[in-house]
This record gives sequence, C-alpha cells and structure tokens, in this order.
Amino acid sequence: MTGFWSVARAVAWRNIHNFFTNPAIIIPSLLFPLFFFTAFAGGLSRVDQVPGFDYASGYTTFVYGFVLLQASTFGGIFTGFSVARDFESGFSRRLLLGAPRHGGIVGGYWLAALTRAVFTISIITTVALIAGLDVNGNAIDLVGLYSLAVLVNAAAMLFGTGIAMRLRTMQAAPLMQVPAFLLLFLAPVWVPYDLLTGWVQSAASFNPVTLVLEAGRGFLAGEPEKVLPAFGVGLLLASLTVLWARGGLRSAERAA
Amino acid sequence: MRRTGLLFQVGVLARRSVVRTLRQPAMVVPSLVFPLMLLSINASGLESATHLPGFPTDHYFQFALAIPFVQGALFSANSAGTNVANDIESGFLNRLALTPLRRMALMMGQMAGIVALGLIQAVTFVVVGVAFGDGIAAGVGGAVVIVALSLVISLGFGLIGAFVALRSGSGEAVQGVFPLFFAALFLSSMSLPRNLIETDWFRTVATWNPVSYMLEAIRSLVIEGWNGEALALGFACAGGLALLAMVAASSALRTRMVRT
Repeated sequence: MTGFWSVARAVAWRNIHNFFTNPAIIIPSLLFPLFFFTAFAGGLSRVDQVPGFDYASGYTTFVYGFVLLQASTFGGIFTGFSVARDFESGFSRRLLLGAPRHGGIVGGYWLAALTRAVFTISIITTVALIAGLDVNGNAIDLVGLYSLAVLVNAAAMLFGTGIAMRLRTMQAAPLMQVPAFLLLFLAPVWVPYDLLTGWVQSAASFNPVTLVLEAGRGFLAGEPEKVLPAFGVGLLLASLTVLWARGGLRSAERAA
Repeated sequence: MRRTGLLFQVGVLARRSVVRTLRQPAMVVPSLVFPLMLLSINASGLESATHLPGFPTDHYFQFALAIPFVQGALFSANSAGTNVANDIESGFLNRLALTPLRRMALMMGQMAGIVALGLIQAVTFVVVGVAFGDGIAAGVGGAVVIVALSLVISLGFGLIGAFVALRSGSGEAVQGVFPLFFAALFLSSMSLPRNLIETDWFRTVATWNPVSYMLEAIRSLVIEGWNGEALALGFACAGGLALLAMVAASSALRTRMVRT
C-alpha cells in the first residue's frame, strides 16, 4: 500500500497546487455555482409563494440543496478535465511509466476532486449563510447531507476520469460535462417534484439524482426523507463509476 | 469599383468569416442546442411560476422564449472572440497588416460570420417559438423585429468578444471572460418579471442591467404585442452596447495593428 499512497499523494498534491494557483481553473469552479445560487435564490425567491410549494426552510435553503449537489458534481467533472489535460501534455504518460501502483493515480485525482469540492462548497455555504440559508437539520442530518455530497463528487470524478483516460484529449470535455449537466437539470431544480410539469416531471421521476436532491433538501430541513434510496443510488453510482474508471486506467496503460 | 475598395475588402473578409463560422459545427451546434435545451427545461420546470399574481402569461414557455435570443448572442461573443484570437495567434492578422486593408473593413468583415450565426439562431428560435408556443403576439412584423433586435444584440456581444481578443491576443482570455457574459444574463429579469423579483438588491441589479431591457423588448413582442417603450429601451440598450463595443474594439484594433 506504500506505493499506492505515495503515488496518490504526489498526484493529489500536483492537482491541488494547480487548482489553487491557476486562476483559469479556480475561477470557473467557483463562479458557476455562485452564479446559479445568486440567480436562483435572488431572482426566483418569490417562487416559494406558488401554491403547493411546501418546503418550510425557504427558497434560499431549497436552492442551496441544488447548488451543493452541483458544486460536488462539477468538482468531480472538472477534475476529469485535469486528467485529460495531463494526458494532452504528456504528463500522464510519464506518470504511468514511473508510478509503481497505477491505482494510486486515480486515488490521487479523487483526493484532488474532494479538496476542490470542499473548497467550493465552503465558499458557497458562507455566501448562502450570509444570504439567509436556514438550516433546520441537526448534526447527524448535516453528516448525511455532506456524505451524500462526497459520494456524488466521487462518482462524478470517476466518471470523468474514465472518459479522460479512454480518450486522452480535452476535446472529450463535453462528454463529461453534458451528461452531468443533464442529470442535474432534469431533477426538481427550482420547484419541488410535485410542481414540475410536462416532460421534465417524467424525466425527473426516472432520474436517480432526484432522490439524492430530495434527500439532501430533507436533511437541510431537518425532515430526512428517502435517505436509504438516496444513499443506495449514491453508492451504486460510485461503484459503477469505479469499474468505469478502472477500465479507463487499463485503456490508458495499454496506450502508454 | 476598384478591386481594393472598401466594399470589396469587406466582402472578401465577410465571406471568409461566414464560411469559417458555419464550417465549425462546434461553434454552431452548441449555440443552438444549449439555449433550446434550457428553454425546454425552464418551461417545464418553472411552469408553476405562472400562478404568481401578476405574472404576465399563463405559459412559462412564452415568458422564457426571450432567453435563447440573448443566450445565443453570448455564444456569438465567444465565437467572435475565439475567431479573432485565432487570427492573432496564427499570425493572420500580422500578414493582413502588411496589406493595404482598411481597419474598418477588417472589423466589419470579422463580424459578418457572427451576424450570419445570429441570423440562423434568431430564425431557429422564432420557428421553435411559433411551433411549440402560442405564437408571437405582435405577428409576422413582430417576428421580423425580434430577428432584427437579436442581430443587434449578437453584434454587440460579438464586438465585446472581439475587443477582448484584440486586447489580450489570447483565446484563453476570451474563454476566461465567457462566465462574466453569463453573469450579465443571470443577474437580469431572465427568470421572473422585475416587478415580481422579491429580493431588493437583485431587483436593483436587474433594473440597472441592460440585458433585462433586451429580454423585455423581445418578451413584449412575444406576449403583449407592440409596446413602444419596451422596444425603444431594448434597441437603445442593444444599439448602445454595440456602439460602445465597436469604439472599444476599433481602438484595440488600432493598437494591435501598430504593435504589428
């Protein structure tokens, strides 16, 4: 295991360093969730007066539930971009030749994705608290909420890494971003599920992210709901994407 | 007309710009697909907002139809900036500087591709609006005015993209500015009418944001019919933006050509 952790630490350190020192990487990671939070919590706040809107903690908290999930997801997806960039620059090829345990490479990217997500979520949570975030959940609820966020972050990072390691080009970025974007936005983003209409409601009923989002909002409101199905979905996504990333690593090893 | 006249120069560069833009599916397809996808998701996701007292229409689709026109123009800004930055990075602009080409011709020619893209976007969004919504309240004339306004908006944002590229000389800088364009859209009356925005600071920002008036002008033609005030404000904001951006881009081009 020594080889695994030394590789993971080195890869994680390099990526975290790049993240915090490169404005072109850190700014979009922060700006997009902040834009969404500001636009929805500020611009749509009156939506909580729509008949049937029954989320007691208020619209700012309702939107925070979504933006937290979005920041976790894109913390993982943007790490997939970093993997693709490392392949384009030739760094990953050298890493694959030099690293004693290749699993440590994926482990290192996961640590970097987690650090990025924790940083982004901390900033968004601070802004949300200033804007009137009303958390009614207790400490255990919050552990549940952020555990879900960590699971989603890991699944997104493994999904992105699997694609990046197979295609090894930044041109694969839309293949990572678009499915994540669609899964997030085909969930009850602005209003509870019962207030959705048309094809988006049908899509949301099949979308696994709906369960995760509703469980997260339940934790925030102090009224946990759909906890087991949500964690089941999170664990299933993480397990499937582990296999997906493992396949990507094998593909990259063959090409190296 | 002499073969080196202004019109000839503009024509040659405009042809190149149009062909280059339309030959890049990565530039055309996302600028059509993403705004339409968001329109579709917004229309279903926020239909219940029409139950708010004072909401101007019974169908959120009609209200949200204005958004793709502005969002498409934001993609134009990115495309224009990226094209100009490519010309700088590849040395094409340096070679042009050695010819008797006029700066005005260069600027107008470069924008032709963006206007062509803007026209494709606007016509597509109008057709989608008529096919899937309740039509355009102002009729065929209103649809023509919507297309004209969205071309001015595309030109305005496209010139901002060109300005950034000319100042920085880097495609990466253009990409870096892209989120700021989206901030302008997000901090506007994009999702609700300004009088229904509850948060004071957001309503103030949306009131000062020219993008709100561009959206409201298009929205007025779609929902109400002919509203002179909304149209005057929309055209004034879009035209003013285009004029300011033209002055800034021309100045940046002059500096860039001197450096060359």
